[in-house]
Amino acid sequence: MTTVSSALKASSSLPRWFNPAAIIAAFGIALAFDTLAGANDPESGINLLAVGFGGFILYTLTTYIASRSVEGSRKATDRMVTALVTTAFLIAVIPLVSLSYTVVANGLARLDVDFFTMSMRSVVGEGGGALHAIVGTLELTGIATLISVPIGLMTAIYLVEYGRGKLARAVTFFVDVMTGIPSIVAGLFAFTLFLVVFGPAGAINGLAGAVSLAVLMTPVVVRATEEMLKIVPNELREASYALGVPKWLTIVKVVLPTALAGIATGVIIAIARVIGETAPLLLAAGFTASMNYNPLSDKMMTLPVFVYTSYANQGVDAQAYIDRAWAGALTLMLIVMVLNLGARIISRVFSPKG
Amino acid sequence: MSKRIDLESLNVYYGDFLAVEDVNMVIEPKAITAFIGPSGCGKSTLIRTLNRMHEVIPGARVEGHLRMDGEDIYAADVDPVKVRRQVGMVFQRPNPFPTMSIKENVLSGYRLNNNKMSKSDADELTERALKGANLWKEVKDRLDRPGSSLSGGQQQRLCIARAIAVEPDVILMDEPTSALDPISTAAIEDLAVELKEKFTVVIVTHNMQQASRISDMTAFFNIAGTGMPGKLIEYDKTEKIFSNPSQQQTEDYVSGRFG
Ligand SMILES: Nc1ncnc2c1ncn2[C@@H]1O[C@H](COP(=O)(O)OP(=O)(O)OP(=O)(O)O)[C@@H](O)[C@H]1O
Ligand SMILES: [Mg+2]
Repeated sequence: MTTVSSALKASSSLPRWFNPAAIIAAFGIALAFDTLAGANDPESGINLLAVGFGGFILYTLTTYIASRSVEGSRKATDRMVTALVTTAFLIAVIPLVSLSYTVVANGLARLDVDFFTMSMRSVVGEGGGALHAIVGTLELTGIATLISVPIGLMTAIYLVEYGRGKLARAVTFFVDVMTGIPSIVAGLFAFTLFLVVFGPAGAINGLAGAVSLAVLMTPVVVRATEEMLKIVPNELREASYALGVPKWLTIVKVVLPTALAGIATGVIIAIARVIGETAPLLLAAGFTASMNYNPLSDKMMTLPVFVYTSYANQGVDAQAYIDRAWAGALTLMLIVMVLNLGARIISRVFSPKG
Repeated sequence: MSKRIDLESLNVYYGDFLAVEDVNMVIEPKAITAFIGPSGCGKSTLIRTLNRMHEVIPGARVEGHLRMDGEDIYAADVDPVKVRRQVGMVFQRPNPFPTMSIKENVLSGYRLNNNKMSKSDADELTERALKGANLWKEVKDRLDRPGSSLSGGQQQRLCIARAIAVEPDVILMDEPTSALDPISTAAIEDLAVELKEKFTVVIVTHNMQQASRISDMTAFFNIAGTGMPGKLIEYDKTEKIFSNPSQQQTEDYVSGRFG
C-alpha cells in the first residue's frame, strides 16, 4: 500500500479533454440557441456579440460547477478567474486587431509606387501621392526630436542627479503641466511665437510645426528618462565616486550608458506619440499639395494632415481621395511600427549584458 | 605607499542627527584595522568619512579633523575627488559596472577619468590588478565577458581588483564578505592579508572570527540606544581586544553576551 496520507493527496481532477470540450460545447449551444431564437442576423450570418457573450457565460458556469464538484473550490476559483482574465484580454485585443485590419485592408489599395514618389501637385481625382507628406513628417519629427531630446535629457539629469529644493519641485511641476497641454494649444503657441517673431509671412512653416511637436514631446522624454535614471542603482554611482571619478563623468560614463537602452526606448515612444499629431500641425505647419523640403519657409505637408485633408476635402472622384487617406494612415502606422522595431533593436544592443 | 590616518574628535552627522560622536584614533599603515560593533553603531558611516564618501548623501557632514600622513583631508581647499583617488573602497554588495567587461571594470578607475593608456600598459595593469585580487587564473580567458557574468565572490574580487588598479594608499572594505560563501570569504581574507603589505587596510565586519583572524588592530564601537550617537568604546591590538579587553562592553560583545 502507498503511504501518502489523505491530507497530502491531490484531489481528483477533471480530465484533460474537459476544457476544449467545454469551450466547443458552450459556444455550440450558444450558437444553436441564438439560431433557434432568431437572434441571428439573416444577412451577415451570426450575431457575434450574442454568441460570444452566451458562450462565455455558459462556459464559465459549467466549468465552475464541474470543477467545484470534482476538484474542490480552490481549483474551481482558479479556473473561473482564468476564464475571466482570458476573456478580458481578448476583449482588449479586439479593437487593436480590428483597427489594424481595417487600416491595412483599406490602405493597400493605394499603397503603390506613385504614392511614395509623387506629391499632390496639380492632381485632381485619381493618382498622386504622399511623398511631400512623408518627407514633411520625417523632417518635422526629426527636428522635433533634435530639439526635445537634448532639453528633455538634460532636464531629467538635473532632476534626478542634481535637483533639490524649490527649483527642482518647480521644474517637476511644470513638466507635469506640460504633459497635460492639449496638442492644439501647443500648435497655437508655436504659431503665435513665429507670428510675433517673424511676422505673418514667416508664421506658418515646417519649423513652427516642429516646435509645436517639440513642446508636446519634451515632457514625455523628461518623464521617460527620469524613470530610467532613477532605476540605475545608487551603488554604481558610489562605486564610481569611490574610484575618484567626478560627478559629471560618473553621469556621462556610468549612469547614462547603464540607462541608455531604456532612454532610447523612451525617446522612440515619445516620437511615436507625436508623429500622429494632426491639430497642431494643421495650425503651425499648414497644408499644401506641393513638395517642400525646406522647413524654414512655406507650408509643409505631414502625413496626419494629409490623411485629414484628403478625407475632409474630397474632390470629384471621392473614392480616390478616401483611398489616399487610408494609404496615408497605413504609411503612418508602418512608420510607427518601424520605430518600435528600432526601439527593440536598440534596447537589445545597448542593455547591460550578463 | 601606505598612509597613516589620524582621526581627531570626529563627529559625523546626517543632517541634524549625530550618528558618530567624538572619535579619536590612529589607523596604522601596513596593517589591517577592523571596525566591529552592533548594527547601527556607525561603522559604515565612519568608514565612509575616510574617503569623503559620506558627504555624497544630501545633508551629511563631518566635524573635526582627519589627517592622512599629516594632511587634513577635510581642509577647505581639498578636493574630495582627489582624496577618493588615494583611498579605494570595496562595498558590502559587489557592484561591478554592468555595461563593462571584466577588463574594462579593472581599468575603470582610469578610463572613467579619461586617462589614456597604451594597450600594452592596459593589458599589463589588468593582469597585475587581477593577480593582486587572486582572480587572474579564473578569468584570464574571458576578460571580455561582462563583469556581471561572474559569481558573487568573483565579482567582489573584481571590485577589489578595480580598487587596487588605481594604486591607492588606503583600502576600505565595508563588510566585503557578508554576501559570500565560506570559500570566497577565505579567498578575500587571504587577499586582505596580502594587501596590507602595500596598503593601509580598514575593514568593517560582523564576523568576530574574521576580525580576530586577519586584523592587527580592532576598534569596537557601541551605541547607547536608538537615536543615540555611536561611540568608539575601545581601540587596541586585536589580541588584546579578543583576549583581555579593558572595557566590560567590549568583553560582552566579543564573547557574544551582548543584547
Ligand atoms: N543615509 C542616511 N541618512 C540618515 N541616517 C543614516 C543614513 N545611513 C545611516 N544612518 C544612520 O546612522 C546610524 C549609523 O548607521 P550605519 O549604517 O553607519 O551603521 P552600521 O554600524 O554600519 O550598521 P550595520 O552593521 O547594520 O551595517 C544609524 O542610526 C542609521 O540609522
Ligand atoms: Mg554598515
